[in-house]
Amino acid sequence: MSNAPASPQAGGGRASMKKELPERFKSYRHVWVFVELERGHVHSVSWELMGEGRKLADKLGVELAAVVMGGVDAGVREAAQESFAYGADVAYVVENPVLADYRNETYSKALTDLVNTHKPEILLLGATTLGRDLAGSVATTLLTGLTADCTELDVDADKSLAATRPTFGGSLLCTIYTLNFRPQMATVRPRVMQMPRRQDGRDGRIVPFDVDLREDDIITKLLRFVPDRDSNKSNLAYADIVVSGGMGLQSAENYQLVRQLASVLGAEYGCSRPLVQKGWVPAERQIGQTGKTIRPKLYIAAGISGAIQHRVGVDGADMIVAINTDRNAPIFDFAHLGIVTDAVRFLPALTEAFRKRLSPHSKDRLAG
Amino acid sequence: MHIVVCIKQVPDSAQIRVHPVTNTIMRQGVPTIINPYDLFSLEEAMRWRDKLGGEVTVLTMGPPSAADSLRKALTYGADRAVLLTDRFFAGSDTLATSYALSAALAKIGEAFGAPDIVFTGKQTIDGDTAQVGPGIAKRLDLKQLTYVSRIVDVDLTSRSIVAERRAEGGVQVLMTQLPALVTMLEGTNEIRRGSLDDALRAARADVVVWSAADAGISDLQKCGLRGSPTVVKRVFAPPPRSEKAELVETHGRAPAESADALIDIIFARAPGVEADLAKSVSGF
Repeated sequence: MSNAPASPQAGGGRASMKKELPERFKSYRHVWVFVELERGHVHSVSWELMGEGRKLADKLGVELAAVVMGGVDAGVREAAQESFAYGADVAYVVENPVLADYRNETYSKALTDLVNTHKPEILLLGATTLGRDLAGSVATTLLTGLTADCTELDVDADKSLAATRPTFGGSLLCTIYTLNFRPQMATVRPRVMQMPRRQDGRDGRIVPFDVDLREDDIITKLLRFVPDRDSNKSNLAYADIVVSGGMGLQSAENYQLVRQLASVLGAEYGCSRPLVQKGWVPAERQIGQTGKTIRPKLYIAAGISGAIQHRVGVDGADMIVAINTDRNAPIFDFAHLGIVTDAVRFLPALTEAFRKRLSPHSKDRLAG
Repeated sequence: MHIVVCIKQVPDSAQIRVHPVTNTIMRQGVPTIINPYDLFSLEEAMRWRDKLGGEVTVLTMGPPSAADSLRKALTYGADRAVLLTDRFFAGSDTLATSYALSAALAKIGEAFGAPDIVFTGKQTIDGDTAQVGPGIAKRLDLKQLTYVSRIVDVDLTSRSIVAERRAEGGVQVLMTQLPALVTMLEGTNEIRRGSLDDALRAARADVVVWSAADAGISDLQKCGLRGSPTVVKRVFAPPPRSEKAELVETHGRAPAESADALIDIIFARAPGVEADLAKSVSGF
């Protein structure tokens, strides 16, 4: 099944919540972040998590550790050093030729061994294809709890991790605890947490860790790696301005109104989930819990009602502008600016108004 | 070849509504469907069965009504359906779910032949965790292939499987040994319509129904709420922002006027955006 409870009240007042932490887990301390290193490149979600891990560690009064693994001379040491700039106090480094490419077999063994040796209380991973593949295996081996795709992490008064995530298909949020097991594991999707400021010159301890793995013992072999060509990929997650549309557009054809405004603003375009489900817009353009999370300076949502599953994908935007006919639509609860009007009629006017202002010959032209 | 596909019956989330006052899910009348991600795995399983011979068993854990989804899978062309249902499973998180399903898979192996491949969906649309597949793989020591965009080859003689797996920044081509656990990426195939024969067979077919005891589960401490290390403490709707959205007046205004007014406020409140746009314009 899933982390979704059988009913919204499930778990309330359960006896297990009052139990003291079993003796064998009492030595588990410190917060760990798994640093995702692939082909010499650290996934930015790892540094976003480092910022979040720093806050948790400070609240708990413990250390923040980075876990970096990879092949020999594959950038592991460099990534460990970089982790200090993003807030880590310690970096556990695991270098072994069998870790040159991600494989579930080798990585889950290495991470499980490391956890069993150094015993963290909290372990965070990015909710990427790698992180999800790895976290599920490691949590099962350790028989501990794992909360996927968290949108908020905090520490409770009793020092346990409070992991909040959307539930019921993104229609509500729930806060999940792993009370009697350690480590408490959670994954977070890219862009959900803010990138921390890099502090160059900040230093930490490097702790090497040997893992007993030889290529001859590994059954799964990587035959080839075919890198993506970047040409067709959208840059939605990292765009400064995003324009998106929802069911209020009323037809697939009207989605071009969103693209036209985006084009005038040099922006990326996206959509809410129903448009993908209807096949109007490709899945890679979906914004929300099951799509992309964005953090633009300006987000214009046209004809989107603002279900929680959409909201959690855009909450990091500096300014949210909502266009919707329904004054009571939930989007007006979290938008900064709104206009109650029909997006289909309004978008062309807005596109034209921006075009005029941005035209070099306009007398309303912006001050350079 | 024996392939088992684990599916889940889920509420059609597009139709879930939340009660505005109590913040509880209004379940009445919400139709249930087979988790859409599972269908890509089911279709892939049936294609390899059609190619290499053998059987496809579908397995689900859920309330008795989940038999509906199993029957639906039979109409698509699955050969056998097993429902694992027991009140002891209520409230299972992903760890308890992978425990129960692993037990049922072991029992299926005894009863109908050990599976060569176990498929699950990439994730579900209600929980979205993507954890149960890897959990089953770990418990049964199956080689794990998640986010598979294409199964290139299955060789029953050498007991090997080659698959293309979506990774960060590219596609991994992996070769490993059977038995394996595979989760298919969405959009990799399209579920067949199923023949009339399959529909007739599904209508008559008996779904195999197992309790926890039937599946050989003796340790009920590992099941349901009791077997779940995670505890849901609070379910809630996020609070509105403390400030309500500033609404731009439209009354008695043409769209062009409202648009200008909106842009004025955007630029006044977010001068950085205006400066960025000005820069991109001067670049022409």
